[in-house]
Amino acid sequence: MGKALLKRLALLIGTLLLVSVLAFIAFSVIPGDPTASVLGIEATDEQVAAFRARQGLDLPVWQRYWAWLTAFVRGDFGQSFKFDMPVRALLATRAQVTLVLAAAAFVLIVAISLPLGLLAARRGGGVLDKALDWLVTVTTQITMSVPNFVLGIGLMYLFALVLHWFEPEFVPLEDGLWPHLRFMVFPALAVALPKSAMTVKLLRGSILGELGQDYIRTAYSKGNSRGSALRRHVLRNAMIPVVTFLAMAIGDIMAGSIVVEQVFGIPGLGRILISSIGNRDYPVVQAVVVMVASVVVGCNFLADLLYRVMDPRIERT
Amino acid sequence: MMLTIRDLSVVFTDREKPFTAVDKFSLDIDQGEIVGVVGESGSGKSMTAHALMGLIRRSEVSVTGSALFEGTQLLSLSRAQLRQYQGRDLSIIFQEPMTSLNPTMRIGKQVEEALFIHEKLSPVERKAKALDAMALAGLPDPEGIYRQYPHQLSGGMRQRVMIAAALVLRPRLLIADEPTTALDVTVQAQILDTLREINRREGTAILFISHDLGVVKALCSRVVVMKQGKIVESGPADEVFRHPKEDYTRLLIASRPSRRKLRGGGTDG
Repeated sequence: MGKALLKRLALLIGTLLLVSVLAFIAFSVIPGDPTASVLGIEATDEQVAAFRARQGLDLPVWQRYWAWLTAFVRGDFGQSFKFDMPVRALLATRAQVTLVLAAAAFVLIVAISLPLGLLAARRGGGVLDKALDWLVTVTTQITMSVPNFVLGIGLMYLFALVLHWFEPEFVPLEDGLWPHLRFMVFPALAVALPKSAMTVKLLRGSILGELGQDYIRTAYSKGNSRGSALRRHVLRNAMIPVVTFLAMAIGDIMAGSIVVEQVFGIPGLGRILISSIGNRDYPVVQAVVVMVASVVVGCNFLADLLYRVMDPRIERT
Repeated sequence: MMLTIRDLSVVFTDREKPFTAVDKFSLDIDQGEIVGVVGESGSGKSMTAHALMGLIRRSEVSVTGSALFEGTQLLSLSRAQLRQYQGRDLSIIFQEPMTSLNPTMRIGKQVEEALFIHEKLSPVERKAKALDAMALAGLPDPEGIYRQYPHQLSGGMRQRVMIAAALVLRPRLLIADEPTTALDVTVQAQILDTLREINRREGTAILFISHDLGVVKALCSRVVVMKQGKIVESGPADEVFRHPKEDYTRLLIASRPSRRKLRGGGTDG
């Protein structure tokens, strides 16, 4: 188990390096230059040359990458061209906002889909069960096919403008944790609903699949009720594919958060990423890309660990 | 009589024409007795076993008749009442040892499960009883296997784990539903020896279901032969084997490969 984990860890670091290289190369390939957006189009050639020399933009791309990388591992994310302040300071609060949004979305996905998946997997055969089953299927179909920014606008309209459950204005963490979360629930819902729908479908299928297994018959033969067979045998096994799915969904959740931030006017990583790409503010973009990639890759690594704990059959391979 | 089965029928009502899988099955099993049920696949023998164990849970399958177990009518119990018997007085082992165990649960926990459900014991007491049952089922190194997972064991070992789990509460009746069909010939003979040993030492009655008349004859005192849901012949095992009254039974005897090969060159016969 130890060797396999080391391998995964090496893969994780390799992936992050590759992502940072790709982001760096992308910016040296696409047209556009930060000088115009920082100095203005009327800057003299001397000013431009001085700026480029100061930021190291006149060096070859691999030298710039090496300089960036060595600084980055020391915790120095560089200076923003546009805002003339350290990237670290610039991103700190924004990263917090996006992480809260993504984490809230993740918690909502789990909180919504676990009970619904269980409910949808009931095979009572009664009229009520059939109706419930149908309802869950239809709802999941709908939420799965609506893009999350449309959902965001819909939620905004319904809860802010019609029901007045929240003010459509961002509440920062400084105003208190509770008011902050209270606002964040709604954008998080916009991110979470489509993913919850998929998780419900997956969990339902997974539970029904496990219920048909021979070992469930064994469980019943020992005197288990349906409930205890579910708790003791089915749930854990049915969760194995769901955990993998959720871990992979974290990338989508981050991406969804960045989009939904625009709809709800949240000053998170998404906003600064998009404006920084426009300004060719490389150090900021580079830092955001690596941060998001770290979260995604890190969560996948955690899921892999969890997977190994949940399924003893993995151990041998 | 410990178990008296009369006119047990299992009918699938979800077809256009209701399909009778078991048709008026009747059988008596006394304490400590080993009774065999033989028939080709689809003859309704497994369905009979599952009906007795209360494992037919689908509403479109109707189970009728009478199965009197020590004065209790099993077929009219509610699910909750029936659960009191499952795994405690009545146990079953299945044909597929590879899939009948939960792949992500340690062997020990699966062997203990019936104890956990039916009795209030400390973990230490549970483990002691589990190890005891595992030894009874012929598992070498119970302590080591206790901590293992099913995929780490061979088919024969898994079937022994199933036997241990079924016996952990020392049931009065063990239903063995083709327990050796999926196993190698040599392993088959060892498992049969273990079942015979358990019957002798614990006095556990066994309802042994098989398509193999030779195996049944070697193990059982009495045998019933089933065909298309109905009993076509019954009697003492030797008698049925030596002087089959029905053509079908004769066919079953003729169709099986050399008995010597199956029983690893066994001596009784």
